[in-house]
Amino acid sequence: MSVGRILPTLQKSGNELSLAGAQRRRLGSVRLKASFEESLAASSLFPLRPTRTEVLQVNVGKKCNQTCRHCHVDAGPDRTEVMPRAVVERCMTILSETDIPTLDITGGAPELHPDFREMVLHARNLGRHVIDRCNLTILLLPNYASLAGFLAEQGVEIISSLPHYRAATTDAQRGKGVFDESVEALQRLNKLGYGDANSGLVLNLVTNPVGAFLPASQESLQRNWKQQLSKRFGIRFNNLYTITNMPISRFLDWLEQTGNLEHYMTRLANAYNPAAAESVMCRNTLSIGWDGTLYDCDFNQMLEMPVDESVGQSVFDFDLSALNKRTIAVGPHCFGCTAGAGSSCGGATI
Amino acid sequence: MGHYYDSKDLPRFAEIGDAAGPLWEKFNDWYGTVFNEGALTKREKALIALAVSHAVQCPYCIDAYSSECLEQGSDPEEMTEAIHVAAAIRGGASLMHGVQMRNKIAELGM
Repeated sequence: MSVGRILPTLQKSGNELSLAGAQRRRLGSVRLKASFEESLAASSLFPLRPTRTEVLQVNVGKKCNQTCRHCHVDAGPDRTEVMPRAVVERCMTILSETDIPTLDITGGAPELHPDFREMVLHARNLGRHVIDRCNLTILLLPNYASLAGFLAEQGVEIISSLPHYRAATTDAQRGKGVFDESVEALQRLNKLGYGDANSGLVLNLVTNPVGAFLPASQESLQRNWKQQLSKRFGIRFNNLYTITNMPISRFLDWLEQTGNLEHYMTRLANAYNPAAAESVMCRNTLSIGWDGTLYDCDFNQMLEMPVDESVGQSVFDFDLSALNKRTIAVGPHCFGCTAGAGSSCGGATI
Repeated sequence: MGHYYDSKDLPRFAEIGDAAGPLWEKFNDWYGTVFNEGALTKREKALIALAVSHAVQCPYCIDAYSSECLEQGSDPEEMTEAIHVAAAIRGGASLMHGVQMRNKIAELGM
């Protein structure tokens, strides 16, 4: 791993924006032509309600071996939040007791959690689809040498960030040397069959814009990326997802530091798309925080905006039928999911 | 008028339509169609526009098409190469006129 690519987290550096309340206040102070609630109402979507819970997204902690500059989790090696055993067990019980088809494990680097493999095995034994949001470089760490093989054996879908097919742009966002290691990890995954159309091993890549602008068309970027990654490195993958940077945590701090916050929020709000609003991921996803708190999405989780209090806000009060009727909590950051072609953990939504 | 170029003027482009509205509408319609995905992708067209913006040295166009190139998925390396193309053509055009200079020298010289 390259020296000097790890930055202190906002929390470690004592930055006020490491606090969720400070982030909410800063976002709320940006003047927009209409609030997110008003925009939803104009699209007959307010209050926003779930469709059907299809994804249980479990954030097992904030520890990570990288410190990407746009990270909405403020994850890094110095974070100590790790999902306790009792919460892990409760998450597995919830999976057993419901028919939620997909377990989506995220972090931090979720594989650093000591119970990661047990969660995967449990969900696969139940016949559920499992997604690992893998940062790729974790696969090269000596203690995780068997991880890629394990993921392949279990048929886990891998979703990995790679902002660009060139090193400079990728390293600018994810840290010096990350690109070269990511390429090596992708080549290893390809050798296991990941990214081959007929293997059943799905490898999807994610690109976030490296700066204060919206992502390009997912379809056109995917075409270009498949050509470039194949030509340059012989890498194959299934789909490219474009994800809009959320004005939360480290990206919010960067927007603030560079004087881009007002411009970026206005860009997101002006690009509000009612069709994207109809397809937002919080309508079919439930997000669980490292301490067992329930959220509408991973972004609300980082802003500490739990699910509506009337439906029980902890995994220990989990009631899926009540949750399926809840009102989804929204705020100005939600414009990030409804701008242009929409954005979700599965890429563009329209 | 304190200065000629102001970035705040860029969003006011449509005010050109306040007079001679039908001409503006025709321009706007044609302009939009030009940049639609066609035989060239939107990304390629944005890179061409960026290069031309530098050739015609329009700060408004450079502002608009730097953003557009990023939003169409181009990176600084591609964008810089595009403006080198513009610069090469500008430089080449100057040098190519050197043949005219040489013709004149031949005409007048011994």
